[in-house]
Amino acid sequence: MSRAPERFDENDVHAFVDGQMEPERRAAFEKRLAADPALAHLVAAYQRQNAALHAVFDPVLGEPVPAALRRRPPGRWRVFAARAAAAIVLVAIGAGGGWLAGRTSMPVTSPATASLEFAERAAAAHAVFAPEVRHPVEVAAPQEDHLVAWLSKRLGANVKAPALGEAGFTLVGGRLLPDESSPAAQFMYEDRQGRRVTLYMRTNPSGRHETAFRWVTAQGVTVCYWIDGTFGYAIAGDNVSREEIEHIATVVYRQLEQ
Amino acid sequence: MGHSRLNDDQLDDRDRQIVALIPRLRRYARALAGNADQADDLVQDCLERAWGRLHLWRRDSNMRAWLFTIMHNIHVNARRRAAIRPDDTPLMDWDPAQGVQPIQEHIAEIRSIVGALQRLPSEQKEVLLLIGLEGMSYRETAAVLDLPIGTVMSRLARGREKLRAMTGNDGETAVKMSS
Repeated sequence: MSRAPERFDENDVHAFVDGQMEPERRAAFEKRLAADPALAHLVAAYQRQNAALHAVFDPVLGEPVPAALRRRPPGRWRVFAARAAAAIVLVAIGAGGGWLAGRTSMPVTSPATASLEFAERAAAAHAVFAPEVRHPVEVAAPQEDHLVAWLSKRLGANVKAPALGEAGFTLVGGRLLPDESSPAAQFMYEDRQGRRVTLYMRTNPSGRHETAFRWVTAQGVTVCYWIDGTFGYAIAGDNVSREEIEHIATVVYRQLEQ
Repeated sequence: MGHSRLNDDQLDDRDRQIVALIPRLRRYARALAGNADQADDLVQDCLERAWGRLHLWRRDSNMRAWLFTIMHNIHVNARRRAAIRPDDTPLMDWDPAQGVQPIQEHIAEIRSIVGALQRLPSEQKEVLLLIGLEGMSYRETAAVLDLPIGTVMSRLARGREKLRAMTGNDGETAVKMSS
């Protein structure tokens, strides 16, 4: 029985660009994209618009919150501000959710200038390996101890594979990849619907110490990346919502902090 | 850094949610106003109103949506009061490419996209930013702006097309979709 080719309208173009398309339609849309250069061109232009917005405005997330924002209103807010002024700045820098509020240490950022190229390589690595059916990883999760020891040795620093159970994802395994001038590790995770996210990490690529979460979309892959001490991290996903990626990033961040 | 820890007696869960959202409010306001001072005025007004009306916020409802709704209303009122015409939109007081470290050839495009953003009608800009920058779902955007979802989609489409045309990123006409 032959099926009529799936039909897409303008709203679908935007839903695809914004990562708001259901996975099944997304797969069909990607096929259509591959066969329709004009459509691919349009989608890429819209994706670049989103990427430009993030590139330009995400650094605001890392700016210290000015005193003026903490000054008023009197009463409750003033008491609050006086007692927690320093903390507000720190909490605010972390952004993203209430998850930092109770922490005793948090990313202290200079203007967030984590390497965009790093994030783009994470996106590329995700795009290459996440769809892989038979060989998604070099070392599979059952050999996690070996995997972690091997990657730690190659990266020259202690590597951990965070547990993402609370976000609904389990470890598939990992692999070693070439990054700019040194090796990088990629851990792959999968949820019960078979959706995959990857954690890409390497030793601190830019010499900066810590940054807030930053975002980039490349090749249809959404990446949340940050630098924390000796490592640069990137969470990449292509059919997972931005909110989910952010949640995963916070889980990873929290675990790696310990 | 133990000394900077928030005092739990002073902060309840709602306070924490608001504080954690300040950077996102500032990011949105900066993009919306295109001017750092005006943006922070907007954030300050929004925070004051939110703290003052915290009793109206329903627990378990979405704090982000609530704060962005407040900011939207303030922004609309401010524009109405000032009767700002679109061509009075303040020029940006900073270089959009500053602090950005993308691959060199992208800088010009980023600069022109963000420059063009400031020339969009405010209602298209809001939709574009809530979705493309803040990452809100179409449904949440519709709720924040108090619009039917169809209006959100058409503003999004028009805004993106206009940006594309203004940045001259290609001369092609819009792709015809089968629908």
